[in-house]
Amino acid sequence: MEEKIIIAGFGGQGVLSIGQFIAYAAIEDGKAVTWLPSYGPEMRGGTSNCSVVVNDDEVASPIVSCPDCLIAMNKPSLYKFVDKVKAGGTIIVNSSLITDKVERTDVNVLYIDATDLALKAGNARTANIVILGAYCKMRNMFNQELVAKVIEKKFANKPKVIPANLKALELGFNA
Amino acid sequence: MKKLMKGNEAIAEAAVRGGCRAFFGYPITPQNEIPEYLSKRLPEVGGCFIQAESEVSAINMVYGAAGSGARAMTSSSSPGISLKQEGISYICGAELPCVIVNMVRGGPGLGGIQPAQSDYFQTVKGGGHGDYHMLVYGPGSVQEALDIMYDAFDKADEYRMPVMILGDGMIGQIMEAVELPEMKDPATFPKKEWATDGTGIGANRRIVNSLYIEPDVLEAVNHRLFDRYATLAEKETRYEAYKVEDAEIVIVAYGTVARICKSAINMLREKGYKVGMIRPITLFPFPTKAIEAVASQECVKEFISVELSMGQMIEDVKLAVNGKKTVSFYGRTGGNVMSPEDVAEFIIAKENK
Repeated sequence: MEEKIIIAGFGGQGVLSIGQFIAYAAIEDGKAVTWLPSYGPEMRGGTSNCSVVVNDDEVASPIVSCPDCLIAMNKPSLYKFVDKVKAGGTIIVNSSLITDKVERTDVNVLYIDATDLALKAGNARTANIVILGAYCKMRNMFNQELVAKVIEKKFANKPKVIPANLKALELGFNA
Repeated sequence: MKKLMKGNEAIAEAAVRGGCRAFFGYPITPQNEIPEYLSKRLPEVGGCFIQAESEVSAINMVYGAAGSGARAMTSSSSPGISLKQEGISYICGAELPCVIVNMVRGGPGLGGIQPAQSDYFQTVKGGGHGDYHMLVYGPGSVQEALDIMYDAFDKADEYRMPVMILGDGMIGQIMEAVELPEMKDPATFPKKEWATDGTGIGANRRIVNSLYIEPDVLEAVNHRLFDRYATLAEKETRYEAYKVEDAEIVIVAYGTVARICKSAINMLREKGYKVGMIRPITLFPFPTKAIEAVASQECVKEFISVELSMGQMIEDVKLAVNGKKTVSFYGRTGGNVMSPEDVAEFIIAKENK
């Protein structure tokens, strides 16, 4: 099994960290993974994306040209990658910022109001964790307990933010 | 438990665990995580981190520290490595061990900051003046880069020459799960009888130098260096062969490009194309014999050198194939990276011409 993902949005939306959480979860799950960021003269507010490849044994190419799943956090990112998604693949659309609908009919699309759900979780900055939860559920990649464990480890030195992130994860899984 | 690490950070940690206690550098993308990491990490182990005022100073600080016996390194990216060439030539002439990391970006000139492999000529043919080489590795994964860095100082000490780790920009930026080895104990490192560490006094004084005015003396130095390169070729050549046993088409690629090619080979095999690959892990010494042997296989029709350049390693592939089979080229440059599909399409188009 190989799962190829592109996650794209504005810098500062937690785009790179969604990818890193998927990578940590993959390791926790005993899988091989690569995480490759687009690097460039980037800054908060500029565009940012990363490619993640999860494989049961070994990842060959870390370069993703036809993802199984696209996570689009803002409009330019959706239009940049929408046509590259594999037929039968998945697109997760952050509908807090993207009001357009995906015109393709050969992919599964989830529209998720990540910011609204993040506010419900108690912290607007957990929107990327909402998306992470929705991704894991929709692609049937990792169970909620495993990802929760990864989040607890990752925020071990900031225990205050753990409850909101775990709630955001739950809301994402149930979205 | 495996740890998720960025290539640059893994290299930096492996350097410390492999005995590095001195780093001298100057910032440049895409390798800044190496000095950033070491600026924090080296003081923790009693090491020395200096951000020099320029690349030229940095490499000469490495020269000085290596001459006094320290395990010293520097890292940079293409334009910065060009600036270091004079120092590298001096270090090779003075027969000093050190480690240099080059996270290659597109050139020439300031070029860009995206991944490239266009410093191959500079690295393996000698970017500075004079007859010299370095032991050059082109790692293909974060774990491999880490393992190579971990032992790089041992190799540098053994052969008294710089070890260069040549990474395309991607290998520095990518994150993968790695297993970190134990910290090596500096007390177990071999004694350096030639180092100017203050112990050679009077008639036994030690001199680190690369100036040999007498032609006969300099000629002998060159022969000594090249005897060492012959030993390197015999003992240190490393490569990976992938599905070459029944291959009709053999790709030669290194670094991240080899991984892209591996995915392409898997796609092509599903379509019935018999494609394999030789992935050089050492770029100097080059796996000439391995390529020669594959070129002699009857099933092999042709070789394709796949690179992030306009075609540099292809010259060494041609020398190894030595006219037995045709050698062609596929590459992207300027910081653009081919996808596995691009490589597969190139080969399919070529085969159906």
